[in-house]
Amino acid sequence: MNILGIGFTAPLLLFGLLVLPIIWWLLRAVPPAPRKQVFPAVTLLLGLEDKVVQADRTPWWLLLLRLLAMATIIIGFAGPVLNPDTSGPRDGRLLVFVDDFWPAASDWPQRVQAIGNALDEAGVNARPTAIVLASSAVRADAAPNVDWQPADVWESALPGLAPVAWDGAYDWDWVTAVGDADVLWLSDGVARAGREDLIAKFEQLGQLDVREPSAPRLGILPAVLDGGDLVVSVLSTGPGPVSDVTLEALGPDPEGIDRALLSASVAFDAGARRADLRLTVPSELRNRIDRIQIANHRASGAVTLADDSLRRRKVGLLNTAGEREGLELLSPLHYLREALVTTSEVIELPALTELIKAGPDVVILPDVANFAEADRKALVDWVDGGGLLLRFAGPRLAASDLTQREADELLPVRLRAGGRVVGGAMSWGDPRVLAPFQESSPFFGLPLPDDVQIEAQILAQPGPDLAERTIATLSDGTPIVTRNTLGAGQIVLFHISANAEWSTLPLSGLFVQMLERLAIASKGQTRDSVALDGTTWVATHKLDGFGILSPEDAAPGVPGPKLVDPVGPDLAPGLYADGDRVQAVNVLRADSVLDRAVWPARVEPRWDVQSQRQELGPWLLALALLLGALDVVLTLWLAGRLFPGVQRGAASALVGLALVIAPQASDAQTETPPSVLDAANIVTLAHVLTGDTQVDQVARAGLLGLTDQLYLRSSVEPAPPVGVDIEIDDLSVYPMLYWPLTDTAPIPSPDAILRLKRYLAAGGLILFDTRDAGVGGGTAASRRLRSVALPLNLPLLDQVPYDHVLTRSFYLLQEFPGRYRGPVWAEAALADAEQVEGMPFRNLNDGVTPVIVGGNDWASAWAIRADGRPMFPVGRGQAGERQREMAVRFGVNLVMHVLTGNYKSDQVHVPALLERLGE
Amino acid sequence: MTSTETPLQLRSRAEALASRLPPLLVAAQHLAQSVELGEHGRRQSGQGEAFWQYRRAQPGDPAHRIDWRRSARSDRHYVQEKEWQAAHSVQLWVDPSPSLAFASDAALPEKREQAQLIALALAALLLRGGERVGLLGGAEVPKRGQMTLSRLADQLMFPSRDVPLSAHFAHRRARQVVFSDFLGSLETTRAFVETAQGRGQQGVLFQVLDPMEELFPFQGRVLFQDVAGGVRHDTREAADLRNRYLDRLASRKDELRDLANRAGWRFYSYHTQDPASAALLWLWNAIGEPSR
Repeated sequence: MNILGIGFTAPLLLFGLLVLPIIWWLLRAVPPAPRKQVFPAVTLLLGLEDKVVQADRTPWWLLLLRLLAMATIIIGFAGPVLNPDTSGPRDGRLLVFVDDFWPAASDWPQRVQAIGNALDEAGVNARPTAIVLASSAVRADAAPNVDWQPADVWESALPGLAPVAWDGAYDWDWVTAVGDADVLWLSDGVARAGREDLIAKFEQLGQLDVREPSAPRLGILPAVLDGGDLVVSVLSTGPGPVSDVTLEALGPDPEGIDRALLSASVAFDAGARRADLRLTVPSELRNRIDRIQIANHRASGAVTLADDSLRRRKVGLLNTAGEREGLELLSPLHYLREALVTTSEVIELPALTELIKAGPDVVILPDVANFAEADRKALVDWVDGGGLLLRFAGPRLAASDLTQREADELLPVRLRAGGRVVGGAMSWGDPRVLAPFQESSPFFGLPLPDDVQIEAQILAQPGPDLAERTIATLSDGTPIVTRNTLGAGQIVLFHISANAEWSTLPLSGLFVQMLERLAIASKGQTRDSVALDGTTWVATHKLDGFGILSPEDAAPGVPGPKLVDPVGPDLAPGLYADGDRVQAVNVLRADSVLDRAVWPARVEPRWDVQSQRQELGPWLLALALLLGALDVVLTLWLAGRLFPGVQRGAASALVGLALVIAPQASDAQTETPPSVLDAANIVTLAHVLTGDTQVDQVARAGLLGLTDQLYLRSSVEPAPPVGVDIEIDDLSVYPMLYWPLTDTAPIPSPDAILRLKRYLAAGGLILFDTRDAGVGGGTAASRRLRSVALPLNLPLLDQVPYDHVLTRSFYLLQEFPGRYRGPVWAEAALADAEQVEGMPFRNLNDGVTPVIVGGNDWASAWAIRADGRPMFPVGRGQAGERQREMAVRFGVNLVMHVLTGNYKSDQVHVPALLERLGE
Repeated sequence: MTSTETPLQLRSRAEALASRLPPLLVAAQHLAQSVELGEHGRRQSGQGEAFWQYRRAQPGDPAHRIDWRRSARSDRHYVQEKEWQAAHSVQLWVDPSPSLAFASDAALPEKREQAQLIALALAALLLRGGERVGLLGGAEVPKRGQMTLSRLADQLMFPSRDVPLSAHFAHRRARQVVFSDFLGSLETTRAFVETAQGRGQQGVLFQVLDPMEELFPFQGRVLFQDVAGGVRHDTREAADLRNRYLDRLASRKDELRDLANRAGWRFYSYHTQDPASAALLWLWNAIGEPSR
């Protein structure tokens, strides 16, 4: 039904308007209530008759007002909708095809909302629905699973949908198998191969409806070093963003806390789709940058990770050759300097102690044999702390007989005195060449140039560990590069001199590549597949579709050349490490493009379909409420009771009205947190304020319910619970914090993280509740949990084992349900935990677990209203009440565990102790 | 006190009430200051301090009463007579009926408060003049002295019981001051005045009215009810009743004035918005008049 562009969802209700004349007549017939007047002289009035008999009428304007309010209510409930969908309901199957590549991540919630709306509509019309993600339809060999389900089944799966971190081309072969269906395509608006074919296939199925937001997609290209400056480029599908784009460079600050180190804004020229930003950053700061991202634009393509190519290592060269001034090409430092100066920061100092004070990453010693004792000690300490010492042989080292008898800890192997000359003018043999690198060598895969010849070398003493420490050999098998570790650092010795006297290696490109492999020189640009050949990399951090970097444990190794492939299902973007070297795999590469999708003329993408349709009902009902309030005021005014003080009734009516209008405000006023003193005095349960009023109220009601139960069941008699703000409140007085996670809550500031760390270190316990039944993975709450918990340095977590103290600190429990029954996680048991002889339990961990993580929405199960009845239903019927009881028991166990620690665990020894006493 | 009230609550309530007592006393005494105290000798010889006249000594006068100084100036003996100065007794009665607990405006005092104030101020004045003052039906006979005033205030504020206007309680020869709005039945008032007249007692009828009762500023549909809520009168057009109500009020005042005049009493109509001092002055004069 459609009147004046306004449609009604329940038009039959409009017949209610016919009642209005009856109401008019009734209101006319009943005079307004008389005003009451206290009047002591009423006795004098008794017996006085009214001379004028005139029915007192309600004024016409008040009547009109009331009728208007009535009509507004009727029309409001009839569900008026502005700009209703005139297309009408459709039937048949609905295929929702979702672009879930990274460009969709920046407005993912709106997309999920749009899918939800489409599912709602499909649900009303009972259409079978299937959701197909574009990422599952990338490879031709694995067709996506088209699963026809009722719309509400899909709707419950919506929160688990998340964009993938990569991008790919469309595949269309699977479409033919779908059968007839209308297609709703939520496009991300980025050009992609295969679109034309996919459109054609979809149009064969049925009606194709494409939704695509008009906002531009943004991407960021890897930062490159140009001179000392960082150059970052931002791509846009255009038309360019209206306002400037802010770029943030993130990394650990000097205290190790992850934060934005610098931010700068970049403006797009009119019509431009690429904007460049040049940042002059001190190298100290630049080396700390982990990643650069577009602020407020959550997508993996809007983050670029920094790796060795952005970092320049500080290399210290010990310049001992002052006396050989003039013979520049013979200086052992010359070739090193040439190899390193473009890619590293080179410090040259004549004194070793000063060199170490400068804090280099690498110290290179060309042909140094003896050290002063202070120098030796400083150098050993420095290497032990993680430094890399690179030494070259030379005449002096060859001449020294230091390591003849005993090993020098600053040399990887023991050396034979004298050295060896091959292929020189005075020798018989030919110059030697390098043997191909072994697979275990860091140099594995580097091509060997033909012109590298070794004429002299220093030999190692044979020993059992020589082979293990050798990483490069000559063709005759003698070691040419050896390596050993010392503490956290390592020592590498080239058995040749650093100049061209002994070999041509320093003249070749291989020398530079070898230095690079040793993470001494980083090349200043991305490693190509040759540089990566033969290496194996392990992902240490992975980027998800939203551009959030999370650490990765136990990822399989990836062969080096694969890292230069575009990211895809097989190669996740993130940071990959090979020993000390770090390689970033970014979504966008230097040559990547980001273009706007081009649609054929017959397909017209739209987006704001939902926003045009506007429900008027709520507004009309609000208007009716206002009219009603106005009627109250006017009626009071007519009866002369408008102003408070004369009559309390009017005042209380006004107060009531105010309460209806502003319930939030009054709630906020009644809740005054008790002082910290009180909390320190009596055990007080606390929950973390999330800023979401409803969540906070439920958390408070839940802890109140738990507090009551503790009173009833145990000797713990807590004070009423409080909500704490982790940014300002003192946490130390609360034994435990209940933390319901919401995706809207702000991420704690670095300061608050420090406070939380301190709280946990001092024995506090945090119960994290994602309130999503522990489905884990994709939900917004669990993502938020990850970002909150990451900086807290939590220990390893494990599902609560059957014999954890939590299962027996008060009640004997085996599961910990709340409103849901999901898994619960706590600190993992020690690997060597053993069952004590004759005891039913293992002796698990000595302390209290610092966190308990779950998604069972405990607060809702505990929550009680002011009258003591439960606030939310749990489960169904008797079984539900049983579950609520179990939830309460978990709460009691938890508080007991918090308050008594491992006392209950020790209790198991009591029989043994008593027995021993008896003897 | 209800049974659930704790001693603490009772005490705090009592203290709140008692805290009003000193202000009432202060206000009453302040009001009493505004009236100049004058002689009210009986204009006849009798017991007293002030000289009245000399008269010739007659047989039977004791010798010590002869004023020798006056007698020495002539040949006769004179006796000095003093003016008779006897203290009045005054009994006060403030109507305890709920209809006095009314004030039409928050800025105005209740009728009872104002009646109590004026009564106490009158008592202060009389006590300063050396008269005996008591409450009608009070626990004690009229007494003099400053301590009496605070006792009176106490009894006025917290009467142990509601005393009806009855001649039974009236002290002999005590003047009666009746504070009421006289809006209820006049029968008890009439009986009281007539009995008192029969005993030769004098008195004052002091009517306290709220301005609203004098003006009747109502219109439209109004349901009138008294303070207790027991008596109601419903009208559709109150403005129409105004003139007839004012007539009734005027006739009620005339009736009271007649009653007073016939018994030799005085009548005064006081409105709570008027200054109390004028009313007090009038009362002082009315009480202080020599008995006729």
